[in-house]
Amino acid sequence: MQSINMELAQYSELFMLIAAFIYTGAFMLFAVDMIRSSATIRRVEAELAAENAAERELIGAGSPSGASTPQPPLAAAPAEELVDEEMAYLGTSRPFANVAVALTVLGVATHTFAVAARGVAANRVPWANMYEFLATGGLVVAAVYLLVLTRKDVRFLGVFALGLVVTMMAAATIGFPTPVAHVQPALQSPWIAIHVSLAVLAISLFTLTFAMNVLQLIQHRREISQAAGETTRGSGWQFLRLVPSATSLENWAYRMNAVGFVFWTLGPLITGAIWAEAAWGRYWGWDVKEVWTFVIWTVYAGYLHARATRGWTGNRAAWLSIIGYGCIIFNYAVVNVYFPGLHSYAGLPE
Amino acid sequence: MAQKRENTYMPAGHRDAPEAAENDPRSPGGDKTQVSTPALGVKGMIRWAWTQLTSMRTALMLLLLLAVAAVPGSIFPQRVQDSFAVATWIEDNPGVGEVLDFLQFFDVYSSIWFSAIYLLLFISLIGCILPRAKKHWQQATSAPPRTPRRLERLPESGALELQSEVAGDAQDGPAADQALQDAAAILKARRYRVEVRETSVGAEKGYLKETGNLLFHVALVGVLICVALGSMFSYRGQKILVEDESFVNALVAYDNFYPGAYFSEDQMQPFSMRLDAFERVFDRESTTHFGQALDFTADVTTRLGADGEPQTEELKVNQPLTMDGARVFLVGNGYAPEVTVRDGDGEVAFSGPVVTRPEDEVYTSMAVIKAPDAAPEQLGFVGLFLPTSQDAGDGLAVSVDPELGNPELQLNSYYGDLGLDDGLAQNVYVLDTESLETLNSRELDAGGIVLSPGETYDLPEGMGSISFDGVQDYIAIDIHYNPAQQGVLIFALTALGGLVFSLFLRRRRAWVTVETTPAGRTLVRYGLLSRGEDFRLRDENIALRAQFEKKWPVRAPEKES
Ligand code: HEM
Repeated sequence: MQSINMELAQYSELFMLIAAFIYTGAFMLFAVDMIRSSATIRRVEAELAAENAAERELIGAGSPSGASTPQPPLAAAPAEELVDEEMAYLGTSRPFANVAVALTVLGVATHTFAVAARGVAANRVPWANMYEFLATGGLVVAAVYLLVLTRKDVRFLGVFALGLVVTMMAAATIGFPTPVAHVQPALQSPWIAIHVSLAVLAISLFTLTFAMNVLQLIQHRREISQAAGETTRGSGWQFLRLVPSATSLENWAYRMNAVGFVFWTLGPLITGAIWAEAAWGRYWGWDVKEVWTFVIWTVYAGYLHARATRGWTGNRAAWLSIIGYGCIIFNYAVVNVYFPGLHSYAGLPE
Repeated sequence: MAQKRENTYMPAGHRDAPEAAENDPRSPGGDKTQVSTPALGVKGMIRWAWTQLTSMRTALMLLLLLAVAAVPGSIFPQRVQDSFAVATWIEDNPGVGEVLDFLQFFDVYSSIWFSAIYLLLFISLIGCILPRAKKHWQQATSAPPRTPRRLERLPESGALELQSEVAGDAQDGPAADQALQDAAAILKARRYRVEVRETSVGAEKGYLKETGNLLFHVALVGVLICVALGSMFSYRGQKILVEDESFVNALVAYDNFYPGAYFSEDQMQPFSMRLDAFERVFDRESTTHFGQALDFTADVTTRLGADGEPQTEELKVNQPLTMDGARVFLVGNGYAPEVTVRDGDGEVAFSGPVVTRPEDEVYTSMAVIKAPDAAPEQLGFVGLFLPTSQDAGDGLAVSVDPELGNPELQLNSYYGDLGLDDGLAQNVYVLDTESLETLNSRELDAGGIVLSPGETYDLPEGMGSISFDGVQDYIAIDIHYNPAQQGVLIFALTALGGLVFSLFLRRRRAWVTVETTPAGRTLVRYGLLSRGEDFRLRDENIALRAQFEKKWPVRAPEKES
């Protein structure tokens, strides 16, 4: 077996720390953006008003006949709605959020190096114990967030996504510090690359949808009180006006959950079973970890069903998605640490 | 949300115009059978119960119930994994333990309640997919639905006025008939199924979405059936093989054997396997993980059938060997010190390797030796095998390394009736010393027995002697045969494929109408409708429009009338 490159391993740990600090900075800037959102909103509203005025002039000058070219809903939207249902970028400037995004990019670059260096140092995939799982998982959450960011204006998710990444990095470095090493024979299988990476991908998607579903519930309450005529202007949650509507959040969460569900089916469930067969001789044995993989799968299947069941769309479906995520957290935080089982790969000290 | 119509699935032939309610793009195409008031009578009741069982809401409830019901299996020890742990749990929690056992909390996944939930779920599933499959077949084989009267009421629609020289435009677009043909061709190229009518085109695509959904659910049934078949016709067993020992796949050769319900002995594949050598590799570089196991390799000679060619192969963790359908797994290994016990008469009462059970990372191993043939008294030994023994300071030796650095046997000895004569099966790894007299132990003056390879110890009171001759390796192998396992995998992958189609394809309908305006131009209107979730219907509108505009000279839009 090729020996471990200790120097590279040390660089990996150093860069992991640097990445964690950069993320923390990004997180704080996202938070500032959130807190300052009333100021932001005032400015955005002014910009919007100007834009609307310009648009009205245009329409007056001549509008498309019969052709129902898709109209940006904003043109007619009241100033209450500062975001688009499609989460498209509206060209509103939010300097703090933008710097936070830039920092996140930097963090991801540093983090990528750290994770890759660890893999190279150990000459295997860098996700074989709790430390590595959290560190790599955090990277994927951040990267998926950036990926979504290139297509949709999900800056409103920044505090949540980065908050989670910072938590994962802190948990990894403080909770489960594990020096780089080879792994036991049971983990030396090509399946670890596929099985675990799909799980990480699924979880990072579920992480983002979790944040969206929570926001959906909050947004829903705000919308109800708004409909009841209460004015939310000036009161507490100004930030929510930068967040898309509950319906829009629900739809986007659904799309991402669908992808996450496919990953979960292929990763933990199917390739997990294939690997279990190769390693232990049976594809399914209701090991603690397998039980929770199944529970999570079933809950998200329930969520997908709920979206097609009368009376279960909206808040109830959101709750199912949130419960599913709760199960994931439980599976990784509690089961790995406290429940003995065949999957004792946590690499924790006895 | 807009009020939804009771049945968004239009039966084939029932080509009514989609109404406003159906225009809700979020209206999923799912079965939303409404609960009808139960009709009186037994038949009515059964019908009503069936409708209830096969409703989406029941399916959802059963799914969630299944998730909840699976959880106790992760909290309480399960017999399928560790019946010993279950027994201990019940012992440690008298009262509660018995009640939970009665409620099958230690056999969750074969319990009546868990089975009831998943069986109901699958009955519901079948009751749900059969009618849906029929409906889907009808729809897929009949023409796209009738053209609605007012296309502009659809969630996505548009209109194009084509240029015409008759009306004094620069270019001459096609007449209505030709435009209709063009539109049909464009829709066809976009993989719609198209029907050209008198003044309109009806088109639909994405049938594979529903096909995928049905496939997904059917495949789940397939998975369940294969799992059941597997548990009926499979067998599994365990065997410990010491170096140079052979195993022949027959019932008598197993240490433990677990047949499926319909297993018959002549199912067993005739193969044999001999352990030639075993190699362990431990981490010798890392300071933090020094001594961690890195690799186990068993060199084995296998033979298929009574007169098959002997083949030398490697058996490793994660790399099972397949012998004519049966799979052989390396699941454990350890040391088997070779011991010879002579009795008081000087006769050899026991001789051979003793399989010891490793208890930790450094292979501190439990050793039990039974010599029931010894005379005048039967002899028994219990103690530890230490691969690399080191004095811990207080006279107690511990193992400090998993490899054979300084192998040592540390034993207590006993004499008396070992209880083997009544023919009851006994655990070979346990010696019940309660009814035995102690010969050697740390508590006695004689002290414990400490042996290095090549050494012999004479037992007190002329009871005989024990010698430690050498150390051999052993491996623990699991043999599994499950003929339905591949079926499970194939159905699971089919389900996944169906799922992908179902989740990511879009079921869409499109209509195009043409008419000639009083000015002599051709006016093309089109409308799009999606069934189920569709977030990209607008993109489809834009793409379709772009294609139309490329095909025809479209007149610049005028002011809205
Ligand atoms: C073993 C239990 C079941 C599982 C694991 C399961 C899983 C799923 C999943 C993951 C989906 C989402 C994928 C898709 O949209 O096609 C789905 C959809 C669907 N399921 Fe099931 N299902 C089960 C049982 C049932 C039953 C009993 C029914 C009927 C009562 C049913 C009816 C449907 C329908 C109609 C859809 C389509 C929903 C839509 O149009 O979005 N399923 N199912």
